[in-house]
Amino acid sequence: MYNDKVMDHFLNPRNAGEIKDADGIGEVGNAKCGDIMRMYVKVENDIITDVKFRTFGCGSAIAASSISTEMLIGKTIDEALEITNKDVVDELGGLPVVKVHCSVLAEQAFKVAIYDYAKKNNKTYAGLEGFNPDDLDDAHDH
Amino acid sequence: MTKRIYMDYAATTPVKKEVVDVMLPYFTETFGNASSPHGFGRDAKKVLIKSRATVAKTLNANADEIYFTAGGTESDNWAIKGVLKSIKPKGNHIITSAIEHHAVLHAAETLEKEGYKVTYLPVDNTGLISLEDLKAAITDETALISIMFINNEIGTMQPIKEIGEIAKAHNIYFHTDAVQAYGNVAIDVEALNIDLLSISSHKIYGPKGVGALYVRKGTLLANFVEGGAQEKKKRAGTENIPGIVGFAKAAEIANEMLDEHVNRLTVLRDRLISGLLSKIDYSRLNGHPTKRHPSNVNISFEFIEGEALLLMLDHKGVAGSSGSACTSGSLDPSHVLMGIGLTHEVAHGSLRLSLGDFTTEEDVDYAIEVLIPIVQRLREMSPLYPANN
Repeated sequence: MYNDKVMDHFLNPRNAGEIKDADGIGEVGNAKCGDIMRMYVKVENDIITDVKFRTFGCGSAIAASSISTEMLIGKTIDEALEITNKDVVDELGGLPVVKVHCSVLAEQAFKVAIYDYAKKNNKTYAGLEGFNPDDLDDAHDH
Repeated sequence: MTKRIYMDYAATTPVKKEVVDVMLPYFTETFGNASSPHGFGRDAKKVLIKSRATVAKTLNANADEIYFTAGGTESDNWAIKGVLKSIKPKGNHIITSAIEHHAVLHAAETLEKEGYKVTYLPVDNTGLISLEDLKAAITDETALISIMFINNEIGTMQPIKEIGEIAKAHNIYFHTDAVQAYGNVAIDVEALNIDLLSISSHKIYGPKGVGALYVRKGTLLANFVEGGAQEKKKRAGTENIPGIVGFAKAAEIANEMLDEHVNRLTVLRDRLISGLLSKIDYSRLNGHPTKRHPSNVNISFEFIEGEALLLMLDHKGVAGSSGSACTSGSLDPSHVLMGIGLTHEVAHGSLRLSLGDFTTEEDVDYAIEVLIPIVQRLREMSPLYPANN
């Protein structure tokens, strides 16, 4: 069902945990659908220096969370905001169609975390234009 | 090589060697069509008659009340549609439960779309229907009561004898899906007042693709498959003789070994349940504590999701099952777990381990040993776990 890369990230998740003094936190999903993702970001000079996650969800939700943290660390915020759920799927080498919503959830989680950082620090980013965490579609609809 | 331990016997069982052995000649030597008048056909017919009698005996039924089918799903479909679409149904109303197998539920839903009326009885938090609810649901139009004997997910055993008595008193046909019960509890269709009963071979160490529907003599039932004269013209099609022979052998073994099988598995089941509940906090047993399938263990581990749990368990060599949405192919967790009143998140964290004749005490202890750190690991990753907040 899952390829080796997805299984590797699921069985050996990178950056699982919490950043105590995170600069931004994003939580998306709901227990009803069976997935909740929470991402913590640390930012220095507009560069994401650390990302950690806590996820309640299936194997692909954990794998998507894990690989997203790797994709984000070291990127500028503008670069990070260009990452889409499709990039997450590609980086994982593909996900089963019914699991694509997990990548959508990952994209939403880190966007909300960056949004949280931007709001707290009165910063604006082109990639966040029109983005409102309260308007997020249910990832399952994608 | 990693251990491989099978704990999904409720999904299917391996075919026992004695069963395979008796089947083999019917593929190559005694391969005749049981409808043919020549010697090859007569030999096939002979074993068909013998097999029917063997299966009938395990249920205290008559041989002419056993109809071979392609399995439990077909038997369920036939019973439900067949009663309502018979030449003279008592009415247009069915009473069933909210936690039936999809073979029953979807068949009932199809009839509903055609205008039939269906009552889905709720269950309590252990999975039992209420006999008072059942009585209250009966109307003059009720043609069929279909309540499963033992639930496939949570293992709860319904009060079949009492349901049979109620059905009989109201002159309503009683069907039970006994796919999980057969071979795991003594079934006497006379004592239990059962009119129709579905059973399947591959749940009792027989081959897949074969099962039976018991139909009490005199029950009005529409034909299921039109064609030749097989199964008294009610379920046409050349008989699956090797499958039927294997099914009958498996039924015979299950019947002979019933007490030993149940006693041995009950001990293993309870060892697994108490081991997990005592060693893992925030865990609960789903289903009834005692009115339960002898080998069914269904436990919810809070704050984690079932598919992730299954995958990690599989990685350690243990094969189980879950009622989480991610394993059901839909967005909702199992209707059975929701039916017993679990919240979505608790239902998502369910794990079913079903044991069988090849399960050992070491297997049970190994499953407990590997599950403890897996649950802990997933909880450490979960935003819902209290220690993380």
